[in-house]
Amino acid sequence: MSNVAVKMTVNGQVVEAAVEPRVLLIHFLRENLGITGPHIGCETSHCGACTVELDGKSVKSCTVFAAQAEGANITTVEGMANADGTLSALQEGFMQEHGLQCGYCTPGMIMRAHRLLQENSNPSEDEIRMGLSGNLCRCTGYQNIVKAVRYAADKMNGRQEAAE
Amino acid sequence: MIPGAFEYHRPGSVDEVVTLLTKHGDEGRVVAGGHSLIPMMKLRLAVPTHLIDLGSVADLKDIKAAGPTVEIGAMTTQHDLIASDLLAEACPILREVALTIADPQVRYCGTVGGNVANGDPGNDMPAVMQCLGATFVLKGPGGERKVAAREFYEAAYFTARKDDEILTSISIPTPASGHGYAYEKLKRKVGDYAIAAAAVVLTMDGGTCKSAAIALTNVGDTPIFAEAAGQALVGTAIDDGAVAKAVAAAKAVAQPAADMRGPKEYRVHAAGVMTGRAIKRALTRAKR
Repeated sequence: MSNVAVKMTVNGQVVEAAVEPRVLLIHFLRENLGITGPHIGCETSHCGACTVELDGKSVKSCTVFAAQAEGANITTVEGMANADGTLSALQEGFMQEHGLQCGYCTPGMIMRAHRLLQENSNPSEDEIRMGLSGNLCRCTGYQNIVKAVRYAADKMNGRQEAAE
Repeated sequence: MIPGAFEYHRPGSVDEVVTLLTKHGDEGRVVAGGHSLIPMMKLRLAVPTHLIDLGSVADLKDIKAAGPTVEIGAMTTQHDLIASDLLAEACPILREVALTIADPQVRYCGTVGGNVANGDPGNDMPAVMQCLGATFVLKGPGGERKVAAREFYEAAYFTARKDDEILTSISIPTPASGHGYAYEKLKRKVGDYAIAAAAVVLTMDGGTCKSAAIALTNVGDTPIFAEAAGQALVGTAIDDGAVAKAVAAAKAVAQPAADMRGPKEYRVHAAGVMTGRAIKRALTRAKR
């Protein structure tokens, strides 16, 4: 079986590689690129720990072949900090609101919450819960994750108001 | 969980897809969103030797809703369906259904074409398309042909689509303005397949039901168009007696298997409850 050439942008860096077609995006990110923020949880599209941003969509990278990401623009949790290296509002929210315990689900939670806030800058508690329904957490009971997303929404909205 | 090895193809047009399918026969599979096929490949329940990625076939993504039909390209994702104001106006049941499918990440990838063409009895759109009287457009080496959703499903994972054909679009007769609709899905948790689900579309003329269609999800090897259940409502005021008759007719055609979602009797009962709820909710939305 012949390899396929792929070229994509990951966290702002252009990467090119020849991959076996059956290589999943999560394996490509972790093993070929050493980007280990996206986690392998269930490998069955349920848990969301492998969630990354791909061309403005949050996707489960265990259910996408690297070959399908040809030409894509991908962001992982490694690409979420502010340009000056400080924590983004979401990252800060997870810290301030204690939105994690073991931390395994956190990279997926942050990537999914990022897209949710891009699409809905002021989500209700219900909208946050439904928006994160593809991400499982076995520690927190979700309460503090919801608070963390709310914290980020408030902070981002506050900033926008201050800028206006 | 690593899928079996395969050759990867990324054609740019429907014609190229058909050429590849013709060449590779049942060793070729198209992948749209991949969220049914890739999990099956990881489990080695599907081992295509040639994977034909539809990601670069641009002309499969249109949504058109003008005049007598709503046309939806096969590569339209569930997320696109939910986001479409055009569909929210012309055929709102589709948004209601899409929101019950899987979770947000899966809905960015999963397509309506894959959902209806895969033949998985757990998928939600097939019964809804039967309820709406939709037609599937298939393209193969001999050109295009159309198959009614109500005739398309033969058994679990077996459909009227031939190995060398691709489903390109879905054509839905635009539901009458003021129609009532509802999709009721009983599931164990977000993202699960239905224990049982019912789709209802109906129209009222004053206090009398003028037309009604009902179809059921995941209570058989195929989606089930419950024709008699819909007919039980037509000409009535959709009072409790008529609803009871429709529910009984729906339960009579439900043929679920016992599985981890419950025994057969429970799932037949659930199909009845979902049908009753969907009828009542559709009625509240119908213009009289």
